[in-house]
Amino acid sequence: MPRTVAPWETEPKILVKAEDETNPRYGHKPEERSPKECIKYGIINLDKPAGPTSHEVAAWVKRILNLQSVGHGGTLEA
Amino acid sequence: MTGILPIALEESRKIVQALLTSGKEYCCVMKLHREAKEERVKKVLNEFEDTIYQRPPLRASVKRRLRTRTIYYLDFLEMVERNVLFKVGCEGGTYIRKLCHDVGEVLGCGAHMQELRRTRSGPFTENGDMVTLHDVAYWFMEWQQKKDETILKQFIQPMEKALALVPKIYIRDSAVDAICHGANLTAPGVLSFETKIRKNSMVAVLTLKGEAVALSNAISSAKEILDMDHGIVAVSRRVLMRRGTYPKCWKSGDV
Repeated sequence: MPRTVAPWETEPKILVKAEDETNPRYGHKPEERSPKECIKYGIINLDKPAGPTSHEVAAWVKRILNLQSVGHGGTLEA
Repeated sequence: MTGILPIALEESRKIVQALLTSGKEYCCVMKLHREAKEERVKKVLNEFEDTIYQRPPLRASVKRRLRTRTIYYLDFLEMVERNVLFKVGCEGGTYIRKLCHDVGEVLGCGAHMQELRRTRSGPFTENGDMVTLHDVAYWFMEWQQKKDETILKQFIQPMEKALALVPKIYIRDSAVDAICHGANLTAPGVLSFETKIRKNSMVAVLTLKGEAVALSNAISSAKEILDMDHGIVAVSRRVLMRRGTYPKCWKSGDV
């Protein structure tokens, strides 16, 4: 049986249903966020060190950046 | 256990659901309990490159009932004495500790997980933008002193990056604020979408500028969406954009 292809091994294909333009007055590209928004809507690709738990590491990031709340994408535990 | 642990800051915590269910890749050292022939280890590992049954281990954060998980690839890398190094690409929620144990059972000699490093979590990999805790502390201090936002963008990615592998639907400006207020996405608002969208699969709803509006549940497949001229396309599960970012474009008496 052929193996299942991993999600990151395929290129997405896009179908266009309708054409429209976006008004530059509202919103902006994710890369153009202000520093404040950059943090608020940001995510860090962190290399977790050995030892502390995922929760502890998340709490450290929270403290370093002086934030109200952070979350992590899936525990990386024994 | 080391490796990729995406940390979602403040508002972007709402997208961790997308990361939890996304595929992972690990580099693992498995320790065999007795000597085994390399050829046989390779053969057994190859057998696991499939959809497998797995019961979560004793120490697990989910209910311990038998479930299936897909192993996309399981590549043998090296074997020194009883240590086996391999790379595995798998569905979210696969326990590698359990995988090692099960491989040991099939081999007949027993085995356990010795070391583990996550090398991918969804779209996040070890290339380019991965940072250490030290980097975070250092760059943040640099930014506070210099107030140069390019420093901030060196270690913080926009939350949209986390949605890179989630099938996307791009919508009209006029549909954005209704979704921010909790409405579902209907067919007239849809501009373009990815072909891999299936019924009941998670989709990301984005603006033409590429900003995430919501994480939704598709209730129509890509094929159906193309032909729809009315009706609900995706039910909103998590709104990501702040209300009022785009103008309100719907008619109603009270909100």
